[in-house]
Amino acid sequence: MDLRVDGKQAYAYTGGRPFDGARPAVVFIHGAEHDHCVWVLQSRYLAHHGRSVLAVDLPGHGRSAGPPLTSVEALADWIVALLNAAGAPKAALVGHSMGSLIALECAARHPGRISRIALVGTAVPMRVTPELLDATRDAEPAAQDMVNIWSHSGYAQYPSNPGPGFWVMGENLRLMQRQKPGVMHVDFAACNAYANGVQAAARVACPVLLVLGKRDVMTPPRATVELIAALRDARVVEIPGSGHALMAEKPDEVLDALAAFL
Amino acid sequence: MPAPRYLSFDTLSLHAGQRPDPATGARATPIYQTSSFVFRDTDHAAALFNMERAGHVYSRISNPTNAVLEERIAALEGGIGGIATASGQAALHLAVATIAGAGSHIVSSRSLYGGSHNLLHYTLPRFGIDTTFVDPRDLDAWRTAIRPNTRLLFGETLGNPGLDVLDVPAVAHIAHDAKIPLLVDATFTTPYLMRPFELGADLLYHSATKFLGGHGIVIGGLLVDSGAFDWEASGKFPELTEPYSGFHGMDFQEESTVAAFLLRARREGLRDFGACMAPTTAFHILQGIETLGLRMARHVDNTRKVVQVLVGHPAVESVGYPELPTHPDHEIAKRLLPRGCGAVFPFSIRGGRQAGRKFIESLRVFSHLANVGDAKSLVIHPATTTHFRMDDAALAAAGIGPGTIRLSIGLEDPQDLIDDLAGALRAAQKV
Repeated sequence: MDLRVDGKQAYAYTGGRPFDGARPAVVFIHGAEHDHCVWVLQSRYLAHHGRSVLAVDLPGHGRSAGPPLTSVEALADWIVALLNAAGAPKAALVGHSMGSLIALECAARHPGRISRIALVGTAVPMRVTPELLDATRDAEPAAQDMVNIWSHSGYAQYPSNPGPGFWVMGENLRLMQRQKPGVMHVDFAACNAYANGVQAAARVACPVLLVLGKRDVMTPPRATVELIAALRDARVVEIPGSGHALMAEKPDEVLDALAAFL
Repeated sequence: MPAPRYLSFDTLSLHAGQRPDPATGARATPIYQTSSFVFRDTDHAAALFNMERAGHVYSRISNPTNAVLEERIAALEGGIGGIATASGQAALHLAVATIAGAGSHIVSSRSLYGGSHNLLHYTLPRFGIDTTFVDPRDLDAWRTAIRPNTRLLFGETLGNPGLDVLDVPAVAHIAHDAKIPLLVDATFTTPYLMRPFELGADLLYHSATKFLGGHGIVIGGLLVDSGAFDWEASGKFPELTEPYSGFHGMDFQEESTVAAFLLRARREGLRDFGACMAPTTAFHILQGIETLGLRMARHVDNTRKVVQVLVGHPAVESVGYPELPTHPDHEIAKRLLPRGCGAVFPFSIRGGRQAGRKFIESLRVFSHLANVGDAKSLVIHPATTTHFRMDDAALAAAGIGPGTIRLSIGLEDPQDLIDDLAGALRAAQKV
C-alpha cells in the first residue's frame, strides 16, 4: 500500500492482506541496498496469522520516493512517522542488518510506540571496512558483488526464498542492482556512522530478540556481545548454517523464531 | 582483506544448488522420487499453499531434485532462478503463456527449430497469439514489426539449422526501447559458450535434452529468468503487476521486486498446464551438467576439426559454421561467441537430395536421428525431418536447401569422425 510519510510517497507491502490498524502491527525493515521483498515469506505469514504487517521500502528504496535518509536516527524517526501515517498507535519492529539498527534506535527514542523488536543479522557497532565503504561510493557493482558473496554461507540453500528453484545469490544481486545509484553508499555510510547503538540498547525497555547466523561474516555473532550486555530483556536465537542473508538462506528458521517471539 | 570472487563456471557446474543431503549425507543429488511431501501440521500445509513458507507440496509444482537443477542452471546463466519443464517446447510455451494471451503479439526470428516455428506460426494463433517472423539479421525488421500489443521478442542464440548468430545486444536494445523483454533459446550455445543475460536478454530457455544433458537419454527443458526486466516500469504486463484472481489477488511484482515472472510461471503455468519435469530426468540432466565445461570444449574442438576437413572437400558445396569468414555472421560470432560456435552446423553436399540420401546412409559412426547435442555424433536431413512442416519459402528463408545436411558433432575421436565423413562423401559422389 502507498502512504504519505513526511510529505513523501512511501510503499509498504502488507503481506497479501489489507492493513488493519485494529490488529497488532508488525513493521519489517530491510537492510542496506534492499527493499521489502527480502521479508516476503515472514511478512506474508504473519499477515495471515493475526497481525497487520507493513514491510516497508525505506525512502529512496524500491517503490518509495527518495532521497534515502542519511542516518539511522533519521530513519528511526521516519518509522514512527510511518506508523502515524498508517494509523498504528504501536508496533513491533523487525529489522535486518541496517534495519536492525533502525529498529534498535527507534525503540530507544520512541518507547511508547514500540512493543518489541527483533534484530536479525545485527552487530553493534556495524562498522564497514574502508575498502567496502569506498567501493560503495566509487565502484558500486564491485561493492554489490562483495556484499553478495559475503552475505551467503554457501552455494546451495534449502529451501530457497521465495520458493524452490530460486538461486538466491543471483536474486540478491539483481535486487541490489534494482536500487537507485548512490543508495548503497548512503546506506553503508549510515551504518558505519551509527555510534549510539550500545547507549540506545541501554534505553530500550521492550523485549528484544536477536536472530543471528552462525556463519555470518558480515555481522558475526561475536559482534553482538556488548549489545546483548546492554539490553535489559534480550533473547538470542542462533541459526546454524546461515550467513548474513538469513531470510534467504533459512527462511523457515527465521520465521519460527519471529513467530514465537512476536 | 582481498576482494572476494564468485565460484567459477566449472565449480558451479558441480556444486551450485546442492549440498550434501541433510537427511542422509548423500553427496550426490538424491532422486526424490515422490509425488507429494508430508506436512508438519495443518498450519504448515496452509502456509505452504499460501506462499508463506518455502517448501515442496506436490512434484508438479516443485521437487527437491528439480530445485537443484533449477538453481544450478540459474547460477550458470547468471539468472535468479529457473523452472524445469517436461521439454524445451514446454519451456517455450510456459514463457509465452506467462506473459502473453489472446490479443498478444510476438516478433520472432524466422530461423528457428521447426517445432518452435510450428508453435508460433500454427498453434498459438488458435489461442489468439500472433507472431511476425523476421530475418534475424535485419534489425530494422525487428523494430518495425513491433506493435502496441507486442509482448515478446524471440530468437535462438544460434538459429537452427543455419546458425544465424542472434545479435543479442542489438535485439535486446530494440526490445527494451519498446518496453518488452527478449527471450532466447540458448540450447545450441549453453552457458559455456554464451551467457545471454550478460548481453541483454531477459529470459532464456534450453532444451536440456541436448548439450546440458549430453547423453541423449531424457527429454527436458529449463526456463531461466534474469530478474532484470522491470515489469512494473514497462506497464505492459498486468499478469505480473496487477492482482491475480487465480491466487487470492496476489500481485506478483509486489511479492518480489525481481522474481514476479518466475512466481507466476510456477504458480499458474506449471500448476495449470502441468508440463513438469520428472525428478529422475532432473537427476540425469544434473549428471550431464557436472561435466558441461569439459564436454563443450571437446564438442567445439572436434567441430572445428571436422569443419576444416569439410571446407576443403571437393564433394562439399558449402559449410555453414560462423567461425568461417564465409558465414554471414562471422563478425558477430567473433564478438559474441569467442569460445566457439557450438557443435551443430549445416553443410551442403554436391549432387542434391539423392547424394544426400546416399551420404547419410553410408555413415557408420554418425547416427541418423532427430536430435542434437548428444555425446555421440548425429546426422539428419532437415528439409524432410525436423523442418518438414515448413513450406519451401520458409525453408529457404531459414537457409535450408534440399541438399542441406545437419551434423551434430559428438565427443568421439575426431579422426574417426573425419574418416567416417570422408567415406560417406566418397560413396555419395558415386551415385
